[in-house]
Amino acid sequence: MSGWVVTRSTRASRAAMVIGLFAMVVLAAAPWWAGRADLRLMGEIYLYLSLACLWNLMAGYAGLVSVGQQAYVGFGGYMLFALTVFGGFHPVTAIVLGGVLAALVSVPVAALIFRLRGAYFAIGTWVIAEVFRLSFAQIQALGGGSGSSLPVAIVKEIGAKKAAREAMSYWLALGAALIVMLSVYLFLRSRRGLALTAIRDSETAAAGLGIDIWRTKLEVYVVASAFTAVIGGLIFLQKLRISPDAAFSVNDWTAFVIFIVVIGGIGTLEGPIIGTLLFFALREVLADFGTIYLMVLGVVAIVVMLKAPRGVWGLIRDRYDLEFFPLSYRVRNKD
Amino acid sequence: MPALLSVSGLQKSFGAVVVADKTSFDVSSGEAVGILGPNGAGKTSLFNLITGSLRSDAGSIGFNGTDVTTSSAAARCKMGIARSFQIPQPFGGMTVFENALVGATQGAGLSGRDAEDHALGVLEETGLLARANARAGTLTLLERKRLELTRALAAKPKLLLLDEIAGGLTEAECHSLIDTIKSIHSRGTTIIWIEHVVHALLAVVERLIVIDFGKKIAEGEPKVIMESAEVKEIYLGVDPDV
Repeated sequence: MSGWVVTRSTRASRAAMVIGLFAMVVLAAAPWWAGRADLRLMGEIYLYLSLACLWNLMAGYAGLVSVGQQAYVGFGGYMLFALTVFGGFHPVTAIVLGGVLAALVSVPVAALIFRLRGAYFAIGTWVIAEVFRLSFAQIQALGGGSGSSLPVAIVKEIGAKKAAREAMSYWLALGAALIVMLSVYLFLRSRRGLALTAIRDSETAAAGLGIDIWRTKLEVYVVASAFTAVIGGLIFLQKLRISPDAAFSVNDWTAFVIFIVVIGGIGTLEGPIIGTLLFFALREVLADFGTIYLMVLGVVAIVVMLKAPRGVWGLIRDRYDLEFFPLSYRVRNKD
Repeated sequence: MPALLSVSGLQKSFGAVVVADKTSFDVSSGEAVGILGPNGAGKTSLFNLITGSLRSDAGSIGFNGTDVTTSSAAARCKMGIARSFQIPQPFGGMTVFENALVGATQGAGLSGRDAEDHALGVLEETGLLARANARAGTLTLLERKRLELTRALAAKPKLLLLDEIAGGLTEAECHSLIDTIKSIHSRGTTIIWIEHVVHALLAVVERLIVIDFGKKIAEGEPKVIMESAEVKEIYLGVDPDV
């Protein structure tokens, strides 16, 4: 229509992009300026950031509040071990293949749990994750209930020297986080993403406007599960050891992730980033206090949920009308 | 002229509550039909059945020559049925423009500039262009009602279902809404309108259907229907003998 223009980027988003690119270069060079412990911590941050972005896409946008994504973290981890040890694949190939296999597995799982709604869906996903855990504990070749370590020969395929390995594992984590965030961003920016955002706000109205809710949710579930499995593979490539309890831990791979997304701001792209930074800041500060750390996390979560249900990012956005990822459309008159 | 919408023997009940009882009627292309009936008569349920958010127990719904009885709500929207909700269901976290864009991209299947231009055009027609960047969750009641209309129109419907869109508005607001709906109708969009604000309804529609307890009890020219004793008794609660 004449006289009116529609734009998407804002000054804040353009500034964020420049800062983001700069940060990317600095972070990519971390193996040359950061210590080993820092490198490890940063790698962990990237992987948690990825898990949070994926869970946010499912719960915050598609309304799929899963407490069972540890099923795919563990699945991805075990696929890394199985495909390298028995399939002879390079670890990186194994991790990518693990993602593809997770996508295949997630389809029948979805057919089962998509019949459930709300709290029943959440419980259903948890049950499925337990089934995964118990199944992998049965596989003696992968160490059964006590788990196994990645053979030295395979570990060396990542890098012959320890420093090279650690740098490679860091870059893989950074790259994975970038790919996850970029994919989620580009998806949400597309027409399909607009449909998904509509589903987030009202399923009834979305269906009435021609959006196939079931199919959209299935796509989100399958893609999120595949990426989650890839992240799972990378997590256990860092750890080099896997056991059913560690791989399918509801605490590590779901409770912490939900904490991150909820305090950061569910249903926004910026939320998981802020949540991840807050979570790791709290963890580092409280690390010496043992179990008090978990209690503080719990209190923080409750306070945020009561005082700012849209999370820290929700507070900031309402106050300053900011948006770092330009998803919104802004209409203005040229004249 | 063949009917655009053909409802025949539609049956739906929730337990003992019958919301559609062998309901049959046709709506021709370009017509504007009003639906009257007391609260709980099954008017909104009828819309839910037509749009596909409810499945009928028996009977059939034909639209534009196709049997859509078992089609999904999304498929029916893509074929050209769009509605406004009695209780507005805005996409609260999105802007007004984005709400319209959902209709344009998903319902009407447009993309890029075409979708944006169409959304802007509809916003201008419904008087929401000045509020295009407002978050839909922050709108007033009138704006929410207009947004319902906007979103439905953005989907380029052949058949527009309006569910009590004039309810709760002031006289002035109501008049401007009537003008908007009249102009939509004059462009050839077929309209079915459920409304308790009878004067608003009578200003637009050419035919009235009265339902009670899920049953169609009268159908015909608005003037004749409004004068009929049966309607006065059931709908207006007036005993015609007094």
